[in-house]
Amino acid sequence: MVPIFREILIPILAVFTALILGAVLIEISGVSFIEAYRGLFEGMFGSRRALIETCVAATPYLLTGLAVAIGFQGGLFNIGAEGQFYMGALASVIVGYTVQGLPAWLHLPLALVVGAISGAVWGSIPGLLKARLGAHEVINTIMMNYIALKLVDYLVKNVFRDPAASMDRTPYILPTAQLPRMFGPDYRLHAGFLLALAAVVFTHWLLFKTTLGFEIRTVGANPGAARYAGMNVAGNIVLAMAMAGAMAGLAGVGEVLGLNHTLPAAFSAGYGFDAIAVALLAKSNPMGIIPSAFLWGGLRNGAGLMQVRTGISIDLISVIQALVIMFIAANQIVRWIYRIN
Amino acid sequence: MRGITKRFPGVVANDHVDFRLEKGEIHALLGENGSGKTTLMNILYGLYRPDEGQIFLNGTEVHLTSPKDAIAHGIGMVHQHFMLVPVMTVTENIILGNEVTRGGLFLDLKQAADRIRKLSEQYHLEVDPQALIQDLPVGIRQRVEILKALYRQSNGESKPKSSIWADILILDEPTAVLTPEESESLFRTLTSLAQQGKSIIFITHKLREVFHVANRITVLRNGRVVGTTTPMETTETQLATMMVGREVILTVEKNPLEFREEVSDRKPVLHVQDLQVVDDRGSVAVKGVSLDIYPGEILGIAGVQGNGQTELVEALTGLRKAIAGSIHINGIDMTHIIHSGYSGPRKIMEQGVAHIPEDRHTYGMVDSYPLTDNLVLNIYYQKPFARGIVRNQAAIEEHATRLVTEFDIRTPSIFIKAGNLSGGNQQKMVVAREFSRPIILLIAAQPTRGLDVGSIEFIHKQILQKRDQGCAVLLVSVDLDEILSLSDRIAVMYRGHILATVDAKEASREVLGLWMAGIK
Repeated sequence: MVPIFREILIPILAVFTALILGAVLIEISGVSFIEAYRGLFEGMFGSRRALIETCVAATPYLLTGLAVAIGFQGGLFNIGAEGQFYMGALASVIVGYTVQGLPAWLHLPLALVVGAISGAVWGSIPGLLKARLGAHEVINTIMMNYIALKLVDYLVKNVFRDPAASMDRTPYILPTAQLPRMFGPDYRLHAGFLLALAAVVFTHWLLFKTTLGFEIRTVGANPGAARYAGMNVAGNIVLAMAMAGAMAGLAGVGEVLGLNHTLPAAFSAGYGFDAIAVALLAKSNPMGIIPSAFLWGGLRNGAGLMQVRTGISIDLISVIQALVIMFIAANQIVRWIYRIN
Repeated sequence: MRGITKRFPGVVANDHVDFRLEKGEIHALLGENGSGKTTLMNILYGLYRPDEGQIFLNGTEVHLTSPKDAIAHGIGMVHQHFMLVPVMTVTENIILGNEVTRGGLFLDLKQAADRIRKLSEQYHLEVDPQALIQDLPVGIRQRVEILKALYRQSNGESKPKSSIWADILILDEPTAVLTPEESESLFRTLTSLAQQGKSIIFITHKLREVFHVANRITVLRNGRVVGTTTPMETTETQLATMMVGREVILTVEKNPLEFREEVSDRKPVLHVQDLQVVDDRGSVAVKGVSLDIYPGEILGIAGVQGNGQTELVEALTGLRKAIAGSIHINGIDMTHIIHSGYSGPRKIMEQGVAHIPEDRHTYGMVDSYPLTDNLVLNIYYQKPFARGIVRNQAAIEEHATRLVTEFDIRTPSIFIKAGNLSGGNQQKMVVAREFSRPIILLIAAQPTRGLDVGSIEFIHKQILQKRDQGCAVLLVSVDLDEILSLSDRIAVMYRGHILATVDAKEASREVLGLWMAGIK
């Protein structure tokens, strides 16, 4: 087997190099980078609360990262995780507050499943367009993002708006549809985190241990060979996009059922777009999504403390993240710096 | 070239190679794939820099750092894979990078075309300067490549000359894509070029050609020069032994057909009737082909590339829809089963049909997959490789280990990515997979194209062994030698039709060559 070390060497060096360049930037702006990074890392995992909050922030990245990674494995560039995320959130909030009188053991799974299906349907539309008409999925997933964003915005402001609320948001979901908190009411970490980890393991199993995953990967790696082997190329494209959509949808579901318990109009946190970076850093390997999502969630979570301590803008994190992606995409730079073949 | 050494990570591609090219000679550089002949020529053409060694032109040492450098010294190269822009004209392609301009801004295509016409007259390389590359057959495209190299050299002559001027033309496996006639024509061109003072290096692994055209022969093996000789002093068998490093059986031992006489009352394994198939551009490429193949015989389909063979094979294997006609396999009408939906290739395979595709990288393998996955590429869903939807890694690895030994696939491990294997080993892998299950019909398209002598020998043996076991074989090849040495019956395909079918015993190269050119 290829040693796992070689596989993860480039991502690790990419992160390391980005942090060094980030340190240079911090020094240039007149702040000690040691102070800044101490703030950042303490904010990421310096305390029990920080660590738990990092898990909270990593949860949507785990699922949206999977959504992009599944696409890559199937030879598809799924830029539509953001839209799929929105559609999952919308469906789950509707089920969460309109369906009444169900016990929690029925209501919660229903909201989860409907949310995942909603994302899957949204994802499979560009998949179908690609499989049937050859329309490029990049264009169509971007378009589907706009449609989802505007649709959710309209529905939340007009159709599903809570008349009693001062801001544009839906009514709160019923307690029976809430994802339970894992460490009591003081900590925000919810069961969606475990669900996300389970989704990672499941996806890894599906892609690498089943014939279904073998077909998806073969279609992605060489559609001609897939046809030769009698695989259903069109069907697998749709299937991969539907699975991807379900994962991104579940990310939206988790944010609604686990954290906000409502869907505000201005909901976007860019999870679906950052997901592309998360998947790239993970080299589209489902297991790789775990450290990658934790890094992204951690940086996002720790940036606050860094800013409070040193006055360095949290935008520095975006710079570091951008550098990581640059080094992953142009890994020749990293190979050259560290003299790796 | 003296003491040339070039190392790549893990291999020494050239190990202290000495190579002498005399003025006005045609020097064949002979060797198997991976023997270092292309590397040596890339060094001469300035694409690589040698780790050790010197290059002398007309007795003066030169340092060639780029192709531009090499061209400036009068060295031209015609690559194996043509570097032409299909949508541009012959003239535009030839002057690409050496544009003739008016006022430094406007292309002077007329002047360029005149110069090209003059060159093509001088060297008897007929070509229409206004024709689009995409409309030209492969043989003519190669002529354009040769003209391009000559044009650059004539360009260099007209400029203030570099003090060291060599007038060398390197051709990397130029006949790989040509018909016998086109090859003949190329050889005449080369001889004429040599007579006019050009020195020509001719890279090849085909032995027959060497005797045809070369003045001297240098054989490379594993990056070292095995020897230099002339066609008078050696034989094909000697050269083959030098190339491979052991005795090679050049002519395939073939058992006589066993049941030839009783053929009449036996059923064909493959029965094709009036098959019509369209190509990617929507024109009819196969225009009503009928053929039968009986158990235990090899039907060879000869023909110049692009006469419908590709489309015929794709239709028979379910990869392409037929628009008319019928296909029966073992008496079962498969026509509609094959061509409904995506599952055609699988249904064909499940009838006991093996397919060695013409381009293994398009259909036959996944470069990024390890050998293990490639060896179950189309049977991954069958027992024991899968239980339900769960794949059985242990069975897959066992299968791979067995096939690697059985089919002599040279690889450090069964987990190596197939894309990293040599062409010969990749093809053996495809053959191993297709032969690893019981089959009644083998459809082999260009099974040995571009492979080294050792792999060709191996694959030919395997195909003959299947035939002797009673398997029906459809062999499609543009290599007439391959068709002649393996087939029991030979059909020639020309412009979508089967022009003629003959018994292999009665076939001659000359007649088949004429048929391939459409003359009957």
